Amino acid sequence: MTLDQLKPGERGIVTGWTSPEPPSRLLELGILQGTQLEIIRTAPMGDPIDVRVRGYHLSLRRQEAGLIEVRPL
Amino acid sequence: MSTSSSQPGEAALSSATSTQPPRLVALAGNPNVGKTTVFNQLTGMRQKVGNYPGVTVERKTGLLPANGGPAVEIVDVPGTYSLNPRSLDEEIAYRVLVGEMGDHRRPDLIVCVVDAGNLERNLYLTSQVIDLGIPTIVALNMTDSAERNGIFIDHEGLSRELGVPVIPLAASSGRGIDELKAALKGPLPPVAPRRWIVPPELEKEVNELAEDLAREIPNLCPTARFADALRAIVNTTAKSYESHHSPPFWEKVEAARQRLRKKGVLYEQAEIIARYQWITPLTKRVVHYRRAESHRTLSERIDAFLTHRIFGPLFFLLVLLVVFEAVFSWAQPFMDWINQGMASLSTLVEGAMAPGILRSLVVDGALAGVGGIVIFLPQILLLFFFLGLLEDTGYMARVAFIMDRPMRRFGLSGRSVVPLISSYACAVPGIMATRTMDNEQDRLTTIMVAPFITCSARLPVYTLVIAAFVPSGGILFISYKAATLLALYVMGTATAMIAAWVLRRKLIDGAESTFFMELPPYHRPRLRDVSWRMTERVKVFLTRAGTIILAMSILLWALAAFPQAPADPLTGQVDPGSQLRQSFMGRAGQVWEPMLRPLGFDWKIGVALLSSFAAREVVVSALGTIYSVGDSGDPAAEGGGMSHSLIESMRRDRYPDGRPVWTPLVAASLLIFFVLACQCMSTLAVVKRETNSWRWPLFMWTYMFVLAWVASFVVYQGGRLLGWG
Repeated sequence: MTLDQLKPGERGIVTGWTSPEPPSRLLELGILQGTQLEIIRTAPMGDPIDVRVRGYHLSLRRQEAGLIEVRPL
Repeated sequence: MSTSSSQPGEAALSSATSTQPPRLVALAGNPNVGKTTVFNQLTGMRQKVGNYPGVTVERKTGLLPANGGPAVEIVDVPGTYSLNPRSLDEEIAYRVLVGEMGDHRRPDLIVCVVDAGNLERNLYLTSQVIDLGIPTIVALNMTDSAERNGIFIDHEGLSRELGVPVIPLAASSGRGIDELKAALKGPLPPVAPRRWIVPPELEKEVNELAEDLAREIPNLCPTARFADALRAIVNTTAKSYESHHSPPFWEKVEAARQRLRKKGVLYEQAEIIARYQWITPLTKRVVHYRRAESHRTLSERIDAFLTHRIFGPLFFLLVLLVVFEAVFSWAQPFMDWINQGMASLSTLVEGAMAPGILRSLVVDGALAGVGGIVIFLPQILLLFFFLGLLEDTGYMARVAFIMDRPMRRFGLSGRSVVPLISSYACAVPGIMATRTMDNEQDRLTTIMVAPFITCSARLPVYTLVIAAFVPSGGILFISYKAATLLALYVMGTATAMIAAWVLRRKLIDGAESTFFMELPPYHRPRLRDVSWRMTERVKVFLTRAGTIILAMSILLWALAAFPQAPADPLTGQVDPGSQLRQSFMGRAGQVWEPMLRPLGFDWKIGVALLSSFAAREVVVSALGTIYSVGDSGDPAAEGGGMSHSLIESMRRDRYPDGRPVWTPLVAASLLIFFVLACQCMSTLAVVKRETNSWRWPLFMWTYMFVLAWVASFVVYQGGRLLGWG
């Protein structure tokens, strides 16, 4: 499943990418295979989402979250 | 290690002339790590704000107070997440750090500011900085807020792991600043060797390229050469900003990439993964948590409210209301003071000087012109103050978070919000703020619609026209005047949104943007940082008022005063009306009057519009000059409250057939024109610089002018058909 399918409060571990060339900036921000992510909340209109990664908060659009494959915890 | 540590000596040698230049220290770091506070704490008031040559990115430099030791100059580098740049801001950060930005030389020392509460991600940039082969010091900032959240860092351990000095700081309270100052003046630390492990296939290619570089750029140390070659391979956009490489070098880079791809090495990812493989375990060794697993920081608890689906947008609305209330009501007493001050100054000068052309120049030209502008200083101050406050607390990122979805409907993104909000002060800083946007199409769209947002330069025009032609009174607690002003703001904003939607559909196509944005922890803003930034902006504003606007006012005065009309043979006096009509300015206004007539404007308004191209607010001083020249026989009009007397003159003005020049319908038409037209030289100049072509500024001016003309035409002619004017 992909990150955008997780609900607020749920956690997952990154297992891979749905695209052969994931955006490098996401990797540079520390979203790599094996990284643990937690959905904190969604913006008032349901998009983007607030994700906690490596102890900080990152805002991602659902579309981009859909690039990240996760295994729910 | 042994060879690379000779780097500081090399740097000193290459620049050693008769006078020793100061040690150049670059202050680098991720966004939101308190870099500005560190910079302000280090330099105090001894700082200079300018621009990098050729680009509009702000360049801040400052001197460390001397008291013994070498002279130290500090340059503040734009915040960046990576030295593989993906936006203009980041590209400049990178180029400053490697000494390829204009006349900047390679820094002698880099201070990498990191957030102790977010060490792991911050170390990614740090590892890239260390690789540059320049002596580096890590400033471990925000240790106080990290400790409050139960995060403790073994800074000595971190220093051992990284191989560079680490100085713990809490810049907002000044803790550790003295130690950092001492380190900046002390002996330069040796260059740290690279400790992360490059995947072997990639390392082999990088080493080969680096050997080539040794021939091409012999003065670069091996560490820096390796970093340079690595960046050339892994960053596919490197070619666009690395100016020092030859075409044959890029051919070799391409060949190396192909070989890597054949072997299945994803070089771009490989570097990032390899760095984190070093950073993650390192972080585990030096960061100690003393808190429960379920611990929620204060910032996270605040966000639960401020980004809540109902309270979030409401709070944003409240913030906007407070800001606008402050700008429009709190500023009023200060504006009155300035107005009175300028009036008494005019009276003083009038008393001290003999009547004649010179006195007219000073009073009607210079004082009237500049006074009409300086009066808006309180509003601009307050607006910049609030914007700075929202920025420094971290709330601006939440605004982008809340607003991204609605903005996307119009073809913009959450990141367009800050530039557009800044445009309420002035489109120039607004357009400059788009530089942090990494999507070119989003950025261009934001730039093209920013001038529709009501800037503070339009405010004087609105205020004047509203004061003159909108009746007092109101419904409930809302006055007609305030409602009109609000309507104009709403109209500008709505037009910007619609224009963005149209542009994005018809003209600027491209992939939907990406939107990764950090939501930094909230911070208590440091009043001193906010007020310093405000002071800087005010300096810019005053310099502008003091130069461009003064010059324009005098030019306008001269154009209105010459050539002089012959005196009336009966009274011996010059008729003010005929003087203005046959002056250079009057003639110019009459030339383009036919084009403005359908909008209800006479040649005097035409003159004001022409002159407003220098800056919109010049309209007020232009009208001041025009009517003050026209009324020079009326002593009551001079010296007594500039805008009040101006309003009187405008109301009294008649066409030869006795119809009033200014009717409420003319006023409405003029207001609409100002909402829509891009009457601003500075905006067009900054668009030219930011888009690097004349195409976009020309297009911008044209489409906005056409839109303004058509809308004013519809309002004026429509109003007349309905019998309103």
